[in-house]
Amino acid sequence: MLLKLTFNSLYARLLTVGMTVFAISLSLMLYMSVEKLRTSAYTSFTDTISQTDLIVGARTSSVQLLLYSVFRIGNATNNITWESYEDVIDKKEVAWSVPISLGDSHKGFRVMGTNNEFFKRYKFRGGQSVELEQGNSLDDLYDVIIGAGVAEKLNYSVGTPLIVSHGLQSFSDHDDQPFRVSGILAKTGTPVDNTVIVSLEAIEAIHVDWSTGAKIPGQITPVEEIRQMDLSPKNITAALIGVNSKLQIFQLQRWINEYPEESLSSILPGVALQELWRIVGVVENLLLGISVTVIFTTLIGMTAIIFSSLNERRREMAIWRAMGASPKVVIGLLMLEAFIISVMSIILSTLMLFLTLYVLQPWIDNTYGILVNIEMLAVKDIYIFMLFIIAASLVSLIPAIRAYWFSINDGMTIKI
Amino acid sequence: MEKSNLNEKTIQINSVKFHWSNKSKFKLHIPELSIDKGEKVLLLGESGSGKTTLLSLICGFLTPLSGKIQLNEKLINDLSATKRDQYRSDNIGIIFQQFNLLPYANVIDNILLPLYFSKLRSANVSDQRETAISICQSLRLPEDIVNMKASELSVGQQQRVAVARALIGNPPLVIADEPTSSLDTDAQNIFLDLMFSQVANSNSTLLMVSHDKSLSSNFDRVIDMKNVSVKEQ
Repeated sequence: MLLKLTFNSLYARLLTVGMTVFAISLSLMLYMSVEKLRTSAYTSFTDTISQTDLIVGARTSSVQLLLYSVFRIGNATNNITWESYEDVIDKKEVAWSVPISLGDSHKGFRVMGTNNEFFKRYKFRGGQSVELEQGNSLDDLYDVIIGAGVAEKLNYSVGTPLIVSHGLQSFSDHDDQPFRVSGILAKTGTPVDNTVIVSLEAIEAIHVDWSTGAKIPGQITPVEEIRQMDLSPKNITAALIGVNSKLQIFQLQRWINEYPEESLSSILPGVALQELWRIVGVVENLLLGISVTVIFTTLIGMTAIIFSSLNERRREMAIWRAMGASPKVVIGLLMLEAFIISVMSIILSTLMLFLTLYVLQPWIDNTYGILVNIEMLAVKDIYIFMLFIIAASLVSLIPAIRAYWFSINDGMTIKI
Repeated sequence: MEKSNLNEKTIQINSVKFHWSNKSKFKLHIPELSIDKGEKVLLLGESGSGKTTLLSLICGFLTPLSGKIQLNEKLINDLSATKRDQYRSDNIGIIFQQFNLLPYANVIDNILLPLYFSKLRSANVSDQRETAISICQSLRLPEDIVNMKASELSVGQQQRVAVARALIGNPPLVIADEPTSSLDTDAQNIFLDLMFSQVANSNSTLLMVSHDKSLSSNFDRVIDMKNVSVKEQ
């Protein structure tokens, strides 16, 4: 009967209660959305590269090597020679390797020289491979494959000619050797989307007339001649390595780090990603802080609403007391109300969250490369909800205790 | 008028003193007051004379600073707050001046509410719904009123529903705090007649508070606050 009457009481204040439930639901939804985005961003970030056991580059910090080799942010401190690279991949522990050569750009997008192994070996999001959506692989020396982001932003299609610029912010172009888009990759949500991929030989070819970072004045080698030249790479920027057995990773890493011919660094991508996430994790903490503040504000809002209704409900409480309800029952009624409001808010917020995610998921994935999974509530969410219900019931104790004193002191004299 | 149990006391008050901690000027001292079982008593008094405070003491909402309050020969001011609440629920039907009903609940739920808190009164009612409907009919309320929301009733209807609620389960004592003050004279008389007949049916004692002396002739006895309380400053 108490539950029925509490529902009746809430129903009688449908507009106020409805607005309260809606406000709390919005706050809870905001919290859950932030949480969802936070975890999805983390997953997308740490899934940028997977199944690669080691990344090898010139001696540098692990975060920097990860940044330039995987995220194409910043520059390599140095290149590594092809001989050193060959020494590394000749080790019996190495199962496969993908050489990467960086340094040039096209309209702000990084140009990466590599070989066809890249398309086979580079994995993201727990083992997905990059796939060609249109066109063909790098068959000709002057073929490029562009990421989905490049194609979209520059409005390129298969066959579009393009010129590679020297360096990252250089005004000198390799305009004597134009390239042609041979293929466009499907969207990955990783930095590959914003990368222009050419062959290692192409990187050598465009630098034929260049020496120590500058064009040799007056020297223009005809393209036909370049095609006949030995364009085997002399340097690369980094290499992705896969090992035969996971047990050999540390052994190989130590060998590379102690390689006597050249100063090399080898890093475990997973560890470096975690390290990098800790740096950008400040934002994560900020988001978490905002979420918690939102919940806290919501609880205070709910208390204020219960408080404001308290005076007008003093008569109602006197009736309950006259019928024999103890002050504890009066407290219980208000807590029950807060409980019902919080449960209804949780249900509504969950429905709104799923609806929003369902509508916005493709847009978030396309725009930010963050795949937000629409999945059932996790155990953690259930805990959060339970905590919220407990907190809401506890916070409602504040007006409930006030009602308790009203009901004790009012007796039959209600001063309204 | 014939009394059912002339010597049995429903209310017995001895040397009761009370004052509000924050109202230093108001002090209530009742040396002696008793009401017999089945009596219909009108408690008269001006505003501020302590009528409602006395009712709150009898109902167990308040406890006296000293003295004894006995209901059905049970000393209630020594009971714990919880037991006083239970005792009130089991033994007293209360009718307020106005706004007696939970506005969001329907009439039947309002009437049956005391039975939820009192097993004793609940045990006196075999079919709760039928009994509620029957009392409503005796109070000349429309048959379909039990399913209506309390907020949809007229003031007079609300007061009669409050009588039905106070009487369900036959509590030994019915306390009414100026229940007719919001009714016009005709409605007052009809209301009192109906209330008296129902109180008599359930063999309850009635203690009604009013400041309207013209109602005196309807009661077995009239008690004036001036005569039972001692002025203390």
